[in-house]
Amino acid sequence: MKNWFIFTLFVVIISGCSSETTTQEEDYIPIPYQLEIPTLFAEKLIDPRIPINNKLTVEGVTLGKRLFFDNILSVDGTKACASCHLPQNAFSDPNQFSQGVTTTLGTRNSMPLFNLAWNFDDKYFWDGHALGLENQALEPVIDTNELGNDSWEPVEAKLNNHEQYPKLFEQAFGTSVITKQLVAKAIAQFERTLISGNSKFDKFSNGEIALTPQEQNGLNIFMSEDKGDCFHCHGNPNNPLWTDNQFHNNGLDATFSDLGLGLISGNPNDNGKFRSPSLRNLAYTAPYMHDGRFATLEEVIEHYSTGLQDSDTIDTLMKKVNQGGVQLTTEDKADLKAFLLTLSDPTFINNPDFIQQ
Amino acid sequence: MKKITTLLILAITLFTCNEDNTIISPKVNFTFNHHWNNAEINNDNLQTTTVTNANGEAINIDRFRYLTSRFELTNTNNETYTFDGYKFTDLAIADTYNFSPENNAIPSGTYTLKFVWGFNETDNIDGAYPDLNTASWNWPEMLGGGYHFLQFDGMYNVDTTDASPFNFHNGTARVSEGVFEQNFAEIAFETPILINSDTVINIDMNIAELFTNPNIWDLNVLDTPLMPNYDAQKMMQQNIMSIFNLGEITQ
Repeated sequence: MKNWFIFTLFVVIISGCSSETTTQEEDYIPIPYQLEIPTLFAEKLIDPRIPINNKLTVEGVTLGKRLFFDNILSVDGTKACASCHLPQNAFSDPNQFSQGVTTTLGTRNSMPLFNLAWNFDDKYFWDGHALGLENQALEPVIDTNELGNDSWEPVEAKLNNHEQYPKLFEQAFGTSVITKQLVAKAIAQFERTLISGNSKFDKFSNGEIALTPQEQNGLNIFMSEDKGDCFHCHGNPNNPLWTDNQFHNNGLDATFSDLGLGLISGNPNDNGKFRSPSLRNLAYTAPYMHDGRFATLEEVIEHYSTGLQDSDTIDTLMKKVNQGGVQLTTEDKADLKAFLLTLSDPTFINNPDFIQQ
Repeated sequence: MKKITTLLILAITLFTCNEDNTIISPKVNFTFNHHWNNAEINNDNLQTTTVTNANGEAINIDRFRYLTSRFELTNTNNETYTFDGYKFTDLAIADTYNFSPENNAIPSGTYTLKFVWGFNETDNIDGAYPDLNTASWNWPEMLGGGYHFLQFDGMYNVDTTDASPFNFHNGTARVSEGVFEQNFAEIAFETPILINSDTVINIDMNIAELFTNPNIWDLNVLDTPLMPNYDAQKMMQQNIMSIFNLGEITQ
């Protein structure tokens, strides 16, 4: 009797403390996907942001990758996400403006895609108007000049009638009924695996290699408030994202043909502000700026050195605007460029997990 | 017997699932309020309010972020309770005005409050805090490393055609190449604080004091860059001593 009582108590306590009483087994349980987080990121940064309603799975990531490279998402079967986000360009477009299914070009340069799970404000596009990667992924499919569909219905129909996709969605999400939300979830899962953390500078930070004197001097210029002063917006050795993911007017124009964040927020104080891009992988992501106006890194550095344009919303960190910029010497500019190129990661653009097989 | 057994099971289950059976002590939270003299500055008006400093320059604020740490309450028996964590405040984000330390329960009593502006020498470890790294709050290694204590950016002389940016950033002071001087400040209040139930301690910051006391700040001379400027850093440290006041204590 005593033993029975203790056993009953034990069972009741265990049951009372358990929040789940699931008895049904799923037909197929997707395998959790473990992000390969670079050691430096794990040491220096807070954990990546993975939405609780879209945890990464092996099946979800595989499906997202397939969708990312599949022309089926475009209205005429000629373009995919990867058409304007090319792996060899760190998932950006070497063209100033991308061409979708029409001959009409876009108005902004395609943003590179990497380390997106560390964009903690979770705002995407140059003006930050999409909250969450899943919402971001919904837009290009129905943009007239990108993948060109009038709506998601025909895309969902194509995928639902596809020979293989219903099964793949079943495995990834437990349902073979394909919706735009699930497509976006799968693509977002793949995009969150696009991690770049193996540049020359990362190896330097890990104590594996040394920088050249020129690269080291370039870092000093980058970190000096009285020289480049790049670090307030573009990270530093302790923030290996090399961006603050915030919105700034970096003095490109005195008047704005593109209001950027201001168009989204409706706040005139935000006019001309765009999200700081990461300085990783600059070797592969030309042209530069939201409108791709600069073809080379030299042009970018010259802009900050002598080309700043004043306006009502110019960031106050553009401290030398009255002199046109930070006035770097020719040697400083060359050194700064040499340092910036150490942030490029050749293993990222050649990673077989990120390339269409 | 059946009822007693059921009650016993219920009681044991509840106690087993509740991890904390200790007597609850008063919890202490902090709220920072920000002013420019008598005008409140908050996330709504941060970028739309024009203020005038003691030297007469009209100013528009663009960005105001700062760090405080080592919140300590000392009672009349000279027992000190140090709250864990640090407080990173961004005036553009109202949620950051409040500070709720993880372990914030203390015995009832009468206390005085002390905290550190920035990080002290022990805490100001280069790259040690992932959340601050993620916020790009780092202070350059060549200036001593660690973290910013303050980032105050804006425009001055905005009432003229010659408006200019200023970057009033505070952190470790660089004496000379490779030689650095700690630059934090201990903020202590003598006013006794009676705590006998959950308490919110309000702390008021008068931003105008950064430019006022004891050093009247002339932005026309000292606007930017100030981070590598030893004298500017030490003047900031002096002025910071008078920016905080103890505000309302609510229970």
